[in-house]
Amino acid sequence: MAASTADSWSWFPALALGVSFLKCLMINSYHSTDFEVHRNWLAITHSLPVSKWYHESTSEWTLDYPPLFAWFEYGLSHVAQHFDKKMLVVQNLGYASPATVLFQRLSVIATDVVFIYAVRECCRSVREEKGSKDLLVRPYFILAALLLWNYGLLIVDHIHFQYNGFLCGILLLSVARHLQGRHLEGAFLFAVLLNLKHIYLYIAPAYGIFLLRSYCFTKDNTDGSVRWSSLSLVRLIALGSIVISVCALSFGPFIAMGQLPQVLSRLFPFKRGLCHAYWAPNIWALYNVVDKALSVLGLRLKLLANLPKASMTGGLVQEFQHSVLPSVSPSATLICTLVSILPAVLSIWRCPRGARGFLRCLVVCALCSFMFGWHVHEKAILMAILPLSVLAVESREDAGIFLMLATTGHYSLFPLLFTATEMPTKVLLILLFTLYSFTSLKKLFRGFLLNTLEVTYLLGLIAVEIICEVVYPLLPWKQTLPFVTLLAKSVYCSLGVSYSFIRLYLSILRPTDKPKEL
Amino acid sequence: MLHRAGKPPMFGDYEAQRHWQEITYNLPVHEWYFNTTDNNLNYWGLDYPPLTAYHSLLCGHVASLINPDWVELHTSQGFESSAHKLFMRATVLIADLLMYVPAVVLYCFYLSEGSNRKKVCLVLCILLYPGLILIDYGHFQYNSISLGLALWGVLGLGLGWDMLGSLAFVLAVNYKQMELYHSLPFFCYLLGKCFKQGMAGRGLFLLVKIAVTVLVTFTLCWLPFLTDPGQVLQVLHRLFPVGRGLFEDKVANTWCSLNVLIKIKTILSTDTQLYLSLAATLLAALPSSIKLLTKPTLWQFKLALVNSSLAFFLFSFQVHEKSILLPALPVCLLLGDLPLPAVWFLQASTFSMLPLFLKDGLFVPYAVTSSAFVFYSVYLLSALEHSSEEELQLKSLSLLPFLSQSPGQFYLSVAAMAGLSFMSVALAPPARLPDLFPLLVSVFSFLHFLGLLLYFNVVQIAEPPSPRRKNPKKTE
Repeated sequence: MAASTADSWSWFPALALGVSFLKCLMINSYHSTDFEVHRNWLAITHSLPVSKWYHESTSEWTLDYPPLFAWFEYGLSHVAQHFDKKMLVVQNLGYASPATVLFQRLSVIATDVVFIYAVRECCRSVREEKGSKDLLVRPYFILAALLLWNYGLLIVDHIHFQYNGFLCGILLLSVARHLQGRHLEGAFLFAVLLNLKHIYLYIAPAYGIFLLRSYCFTKDNTDGSVRWSSLSLVRLIALGSIVISVCALSFGPFIAMGQLPQVLSRLFPFKRGLCHAYWAPNIWALYNVVDKALSVLGLRLKLLANLPKASMTGGLVQEFQHSVLPSVSPSATLICTLVSILPAVLSIWRCPRGARGFLRCLVVCALCSFMFGWHVHEKAILMAILPLSVLAVESREDAGIFLMLATTGHYSLFPLLFTATEMPTKVLLILLFTLYSFTSLKKLFRGFLLNTLEVTYLLGLIAVEIICEVVYPLLPWKQTLPFVTLLAKSVYCSLGVSYSFIRLYLSILRPTDKPKEL
Repeated sequence: MLHRAGKPPMFGDYEAQRHWQEITYNLPVHEWYFNTTDNNLNYWGLDYPPLTAYHSLLCGHVASLINPDWVELHTSQGFESSAHKLFMRATVLIADLLMYVPAVVLYCFYLSEGSNRKKVCLVLCILLYPGLILIDYGHFQYNSISLGLALWGVLGLGLGWDMLGSLAFVLAVNYKQMELYHSLPFFCYLLGKCFKQGMAGRGLFLLVKIAVTVLVTFTLCWLPFLTDPGQVLQVLHRLFPVGRGLFEDKVANTWCSLNVLIKIKTILSTDTQLYLSLAATLLAALPSSIKLLTKPTLWQFKLALVNSSLAFFLFSFQVHEKSILLPALPVCLLLGDLPLPAVWFLQASTFSMLPLFLKDGLFVPYAVTSSAFVFYSVYLLSALEHSSEEELQLKSLSLLPFLSQSPGQFYLSVAAMAGLSFMSVALAPPARLPDLFPLLVSVFSFLHFLGLLLYFNVVQIAEPPSPRRKNPKKTE
């Protein structure tokens, strides 16, 4: 390869440019309603005064991200007006001229530069063993490839259309700063991230506890427990002021206008159902299936009288009641999530393992929110997969968990692209990514990372896909039970995700002998 | 990485291919090339040799299994649906994967030099060549089959399996008649090899074996048409329409560029044009062929393929811009040996087809694949590092001093191509010269082709008669 010495990073632009070229080729592919959502937000922020942003409801896709994201869209809209002024008219619902599509797609590709920079910083912080000389087996190279060419990001951002690259870039940059010991910057970046998309509130406990324990308390007792006297007020106040000032900058104008309740109601709409139209592969998917199975069984065995026929997947966001098992309310899911993250967070309080322990806790919190959250989108699995990649290139066990989680999670994104023209792309890309992740991690850790059961499960994914796409349409049940394929995929994937979740949780609870570092 | 999603709809050649499936599936063989009530030759009549027809028949059978509406006689004309588009694209992809990609991989691993990593990089760069990707998947054609078969022919000859190589090449010619551009080097190489082995013994035997292979293959391909000499004549008439003029539309060859200064198309009669182009083509191809005849090695063979097909492209009759793919294939094979001139040529060849891409709405894929190709081939093959005089094989000649500034000139040329590309799509031409941009594109490309023709001829002919030259030590 061209002049690749150990210190030359010339391969990095090659990787980054390559994936950017690929993204450009996807400009004209299918885009989902999220495209219209963002166009609508461009229009709202450009054409209306700030006081109307969170009151506007001409379109059903109201502004439901925090104010910083609205300001981000406002900035984009100034560039957008040079492409096509008509996209900025609020009444132009569903407007998608070629110039609009080009602008929106290019904006995602351009903001990905944040992600690329974050990946570079993560790669610089990765630890590696001495001895490996070959570039392709170096951990930072593999990490760069797994992150830059991540299948989930490509599919969700550049076909389905979202700005996850930009947001996850800020998240990864914050993580990288913590790994490098620059905690104030990391905290600042996370505060910004929270104000861009509030779903990251789920991982805020990890940040809070880590910074409190490892940054504000500067010294520990010899047995590892916290030395209360070493609380550094300066650091605490610095952290607090950073977070408060960022939030003030973001929410300030709306508090001044007395619109805070309205903004909050837009940000946290609990009217939607427990599950999305396509069930994210989490605990509630399994719960739903068990409930349905029990009700069918109960009817057959005449244990139950006629029950209301629960329609669980009809429409986009309908509510539904469970038949046999108790119904689940939003507060129940919140309690479940909080209970699930408690042990992980407590473990890094009692036994902090430095920045890497924090990263592990972050991934666990993200997975907990995915498993137990209310109205979870399957896209949220990316919040766990991407930070896990950093751990995967450093530890053998994490690599095994990553392979399970990433493959299952990526496959669960398949239903997002349901058009025939996208089928070859999504199949080819996932095969490429999965093959690469398996071979590169296997070479890095010199050995098999998964046991037979796990490999069988992953091969079963191929069987599920073939059955759902090829076999099932030929069967007569397709007309009467059309949702069975989605259900099958969701349930099968939730098994894999739950398994990875449990393994990851065990790894954080297990006491380690590694010396503590910050 | 040969998948491409979301290309805009293609008319023209797409409908032609679908129509051929319809014709070959529904009509008997002896009607395929004739103008009948069921087969209107003016509506995308078959004008490729029989192997294309058999391939269309195969695809037509598969199509009718999936959805008979696609190949219904008469009623399926102009048919377009997303499932059908997926099917057609799948046929191109399958042909690519079965025919072209294995040939490229085998070539890079068995017939090129360097470390394993260098070979993999070479495979990637060859497969990334934008011209073939855009024409096959965007404009819609099956060039990967004919080029793949020709490449199998080169592989056969390179590995010493002369009969298999000739068989593959004859199949290539029977798939698309433009492969005849490559026929002169194949002929001269094999003949030269026979001469070298002595015409009194093994050489003669080899000659007879090859001749028999060629004849038998031709017979087998044309079997259904050999029953009636009228059939053969009609097919030949469809394949070689000599009624048309010296060139059509804007193409980056001599006659079109000459036409800018002197209107030769109107000055000379059609017959004179025919003879003029014949003479010019043979003259241009002669030096390289004779050199190959006297020294039949693989290196000479590759260079002769380039020189001959490029000469044919520049001086032949009724050349279409897509024919630049024929010299492009052998130049791809030179990517490992002479990276800088090869990349330069391949980029110029893609650029020369820009007007075609614009007509198909393929500007974004063109821009992306060209940039990716230039970037990756320069990066992976260290093209700009191997541009010293010695490595450009010009050691023995000092009469081309300007080439010592090659990297700078390469960048300048690529920048000019990028600039012209953007102007073509962003600006409207002045009213008096509506064809300004296609003309600029073709003249610019023509100058590149002419210069590179001279260069490749010099490299081939000036090679000293000592034992086969070794590649300069590559630093890995």
